[in-house]
Amino acid sequence: MVRRNWIRFWSLFLALTAQCSWAAEVQVAVAANFSSTMQAIAPVFEKESGHQVRIITGATGKFYAQIKNGAPFQVLLAADAQTPLLLEQEGLAVAGSRFTYALGSLVLWSRQSDLVDAQGEVLRSTRFKRLAIADPRLAPYGTAAMQALEQLGVLPQIKDRLVQGESVTQAYQFVASGNAELGFIASSQLIVDGKRLPGSSWLVPESLYSPLRQDAVLLKSGQANPAALSFMLFLRSPRARTLMRDNGYSH
Amino acid sequence: MIAPEDWNAIGLTLRLAGISTVVLLMLASPLAWWLARSQSAWRAPVAALTSLPLVLPPTVLGFYLLVTLGPDGPLGRLTLLLGLGTLPFSFAGLVIGSVVYSLPFAVQPLLHAFQNMGDRPLELAATLRASPLDAFFSVALPLAWPGFVSAAVLSFAHTIGEFGMVLMMGGNIPGQTRVLSTQIYGHVEAMAYTQAHALAAGMLIFSFAVLLGLNLLQKRGLRMGS
Repeated sequence: MVRRNWIRFWSLFLALTAQCSWAAEVQVAVAANFSSTMQAIAPVFEKESGHQVRIITGATGKFYAQIKNGAPFQVLLAADAQTPLLLEQEGLAVAGSRFTYALGSLVLWSRQSDLVDAQGEVLRSTRFKRLAIADPRLAPYGTAAMQALEQLGVLPQIKDRLVQGESVTQAYQFVASGNAELGFIASSQLIVDGKRLPGSSWLVPESLYSPLRQDAVLLKSGQANPAALSFMLFLRSPRARTLMRDNGYSH
Repeated sequence: MIAPEDWNAIGLTLRLAGISTVVLLMLASPLAWWLARSQSAWRAPVAALTSLPLVLPPTVLGFYLLVTLGPDGPLGRLTLLLGLGTLPFSFAGLVIGSVVYSLPFAVQPLLHAFQNMGDRPLELAATLRASPLDAFFSVALPLAWPGFVSAAVLSFAHTIGEFGMVLMMGGNIPGQTRVLSTQIYGHVEAMAYTQAHALAAGMLIFSFAVLLGLNLLQKRGLRMGS
């Protein structure tokens, strides 16, 4: 009985929302490191708002170039704070819409369960041949990794063992495929389908790198789009924040 | 305008293309010869396999190389067993990748050259009691030389332009795997457009010159052949 009432309620809800004129679609450009979290957030938002979300994942730098050239995105969830700021200064984003939606954390990870210790001392050892990081010129997680290595004072002795991926996703790939024993990745990558990856890891203390602020911004083409506005609000909601925390982000 | 690390990448790229071309010619000559003359049932599958890199996106190729040559992959296990270590992130790994990637560009021109030659010259050589090996070196090679030039030039040029494969398995190590194309990519992504332009323009001019030269040469080769 109770179940049947629920079905009635939902069919009524769906019928209403489908007819409402404010049911719209938003195209969100999402930084690669946030992609799996976004996959978890989108259905919840769609259910709550009745709007549709289309997710486009990629590198923030590429999105910047695409947006400058008229890409049809309404919202950008960047991997850094700089790009949204730049877009706002160039008049491509709505002024005052910027906010930090997530703070990333850096993790040192290995597939081998006995390699990474709780203090990251392994970095001072010769127990690994290759350490994967994201390219510090291109990816915020790469910059953070370099800062941490410098702060720890181990950069000179491991310089020859560094391999760089063009993004933090590739750094992860290098470790996951076993080609590098160690790698600095995003803590969000350590959680796959709600489960922690096997192996050993060290959550790098935040004092060792500048914060990985990831900012969201409403783009000019989204300023009159109800789905875009509603999504920007939803990102700050407790439900969205819980999902982000479950996926390894803090605030 | 061109920084030392850019020159470094240019030098590395030329070395990679040069070594790959030599390896490719040594591999592709017997392969194309066999493809041109064999009646075997294996001929079609091998021909298809040889052309596969034309169709596969380079990133796919690079990803499979990363996995197969990695410590868990079959070839990676073999190289570990032989005490060579694993090949991704190394110059040797890139040479292997380039050979796979540019194989069709070496095989196709040679195959055409061998096919166009027909059976007559070899039959004649046989009547003069030349061994098949002798016939290959003293009859087929001189006749098919425009094919060898095309194969060498195309392999070289194609290797210079490879990008996706290197990006997937290179690891961006200066002097080892940071080649011209990944260097340009890095400049563009980091919005260092002036540096990117300098390198990209150079590459464009080089590629045009190579293709122009090849075309002129082919025309001359045809005239000489006729």
